Amino acid sequence: MDLNYTKEEQSFREEAHGFIRDNLPKDIADKVLHHKRLVKGDWVRWQKILFKKGWVAPNWPKEYGGCAWSPIQQHIFDEECGYAGAPRVMPFGLVMVAPVIMNFGSKWQKEHYLPRILSSEDWWAQGYTEPGSGSDLASLKMKAVREGDLYIANGQNTWTTLGQHADMIFCLVRTDTTVKKQEGISFLLIDMKSPGITVRPIITLDEEHEVNEVFFDNVKVPAQNLVGEEGKGWTYAKFLLGHERTGIARVGESKRELEQLKAIAGMQLRNGKPLMQDPRFRDRVSAVEVELMALEITLLRVLSSRTKPGPEASILKIKGTDIQQALTELTMEAVGPYALPFRPETRDAAWHGEPVGPEYAGAAAAVYFNYRKTSIYGGSNEIQRNIISQMVLGL
Amino acid sequence: MDFSFSEEQQMLRDSLQKYIGKDYGFEARKDIIASKQGFSDKVWAQFAEMGILGVAFNEAHGGFGGTPVDTMLVMTELGRGIVVEPYFSTVVLGGSLIDLGGSEAQKLAILSEVAQGKMLLAAALGEPNSRYELNSVETTAKRDGAGFVLNGHKAVVLHGESADKLIVSARTAGAARETKGVTLFLVDRKAAGVQATGYRTIDGMRAAEIKLANVKVGADSVLGEVDNALPLLERGADFAVSALCAEAVGAMEALNAATFDYLKTRQQFGRPIGSFQALQHRAVDMMIHCEQSRSLSYLAAVKVQSEDASERKRAVSAAKIQIGRSGRTVSQEAIQMHGGMGVTNELNVGHFAKRLAMINLTLGDVDYHSDRFASAK
Repeated sequence: MDLNYTKEEQSFREEAHGFIRDNLPKDIADKVLHHKRLVKGDWVRWQKILFKKGWVAPNWPKEYGGCAWSPIQQHIFDEECGYAGAPRVMPFGLVMVAPVIMNFGSKWQKEHYLPRILSSEDWWAQGYTEPGSGSDLASLKMKAVREGDLYIANGQNTWTTLGQHADMIFCLVRTDTTVKKQEGISFLLIDMKSPGITVRPIITLDEEHEVNEVFFDNVKVPAQNLVGEEGKGWTYAKFLLGHERTGIARVGESKRELEQLKAIAGMQLRNGKPLMQDPRFRDRVSAVEVELMALEITLLRVLSSRTKPGPEASILKIKGTDIQQALTELTMEAVGPYALPFRPETRDAAWHGEPVGPEYAGAAAAVYFNYRKTSIYGGSNEIQRNIISQMVLGL
Repeated sequence: MDFSFSEEQQMLRDSLQKYIGKDYGFEARKDIIASKQGFSDKVWAQFAEMGILGVAFNEAHGGFGGTPVDTMLVMTELGRGIVVEPYFSTVVLGGSLIDLGGSEAQKLAILSEVAQGKMLLAAALGEPNSRYELNSVETTAKRDGAGFVLNGHKAVVLHGESADKLIVSARTAGAARETKGVTLFLVDRKAAGVQATGYRTIDGMRAAEIKLANVKVGADSVLGEVDNALPLLERGADFAVSALCAEAVGAMEALNAATFDYLKTRQQFGRPIGSFQALQHRAVDMMIHCEQSRSLSYLAAVKVQSEDASERKRAVSAAKIQIGRSGRTVSQEAIQMHGGMGVTNELNVGHFAKRLAMINLTLGDVDYHSDRFASAK
């Protein structure tokens, strides 16, 4: 057993670190590090920088413009990005729909969509959560009826992350209601500019606009936008969801947040001494740090195994989100009474007013409430536990 | 032992519950929060009418001579409605400091006005570096003839901008964290040199940073004893904490009711999600959290009047620890079980969670009260 990174991996880390240091725009990193509001252009700008370098799609095969990195290299890169305050690369196009198109799409779809995904020309949204089908994905109701060269789509998606920016959305739609619920589902690629689509913002507890409802009213979708075969959408969706869970451990980001928490707790006073020296508080910080150390090694074990990550990847989602949430909670507690002031306007990067209390306190409570989402999205942690109990433990 | 409430207490609770249920719904509350002032004069006048603004004060001072149990009942109802009006700052914290420490003249002048809804109070106790320590006071009050001159910065003063009178802790002697040397002053919010900068708080209320620059006050503005305000401050804060615990119980009750209802109605996999045992047991734990909190809220309401300071501190801190922990668990579970709906501003669930989280960060969090509980022997 050797728990050190190999020489090659270490030099790759140095290369990645150097690239991010030299190319991640400071204004964008500042926003991420200080919990300011990102705009569409921030994500796109960073993704285009990665695209130019050839690093935007490490999960893609080389022939499509990917990097053919090992899972460990991918992790090193993610960690360096997270730690430096790079915005997350939007997964909907690059990580979710692209592998589906590569594996099941038509020649036209590959030629048309993959380059546009790679260059961040198109922003994608995911459309398979409905008001009545969250955890129970297969119960989805959105319908599409074939009429000549078109599908006519009707229905509603919800919790569509950053759908307000999207050019395209991939949807699971019911094309056959006479068969078993998993069998009548198809996978459609829909242009968000199509007539009949309405996007309604959903405002979350931090009063930010991150998620949306998307309504489809007789939306005409060219039949060439059907991926693979009609009725096979469930198979493609399962394939896609397998890609969603990896990378969700967010070790780099949590390391960064842990460091910020320690810095804040070093500045806050309790009984006249830095809070970080207070045994009660320090114990709780240590407990999270220990969990994070364990998660990092668990993640590396999963990534180092010769088989593809299976259902045990759910462990990464559960522990990763537990840790992210615990860090936001400790940060909120660390700032104490200055967690109360709530001024969403201060999260605009262009805002230069006078902060109330220390600047780092401004968004602490808002971020804590925002992060409650992490144990709900991407397959709730209850669903992740079901996956482990059924598929790993055989219960 | 008798855990029952008197007929008057039940009437008080029921009428308040009825009013909030009818006139203080989610939409009405949202409009109130969005208003410039951040609370409703109409609601406040209604509270005066119902008698809840003077419930704890002596009849001689325009009140109804109620006990902390009456305050507890009121606060639980306010918690159930996540009411944002300045009841806690004016009646509970401000009112109790005056009631416990004020001269007869001060009580007569202020408490009857408060009871009639004509005067708002705010206690300016915290400072940028004080965290939850009432003795940590850097604001100064220097003798100036017969009176004093105040200078300093009071932080996160709940409803500080709308208050008519501020109760300010300032140092008349000693070093920044010394127990001796703290004095309380009644300061007109509109007095020369008082600058209040208000802002929203994440739980839908208002607070302010208060800067005092050469604020002159007379000798009659001293509340309680010069140099020795800490015992008074602690008693007032304990009463306020017991009331916050009662409010938290109301918020937890409401969260649990909403969540249990959702478990019965939300369908996934062809059945209500409440039919899954993984959620059933967690729901039971939420209920137990609420009942344990209620028990200690009762104990705090009774023992807060104890002449034995250590008995009082232990009961109050125990309650605050319990509601801090339980409020956290109940809130997080309620959001989680509501799924995506739980993290939206469009559902009341998250708003209860916000209030409960901020209650934990008001007048001492779990860590603060754990220390205090252990040392109050």
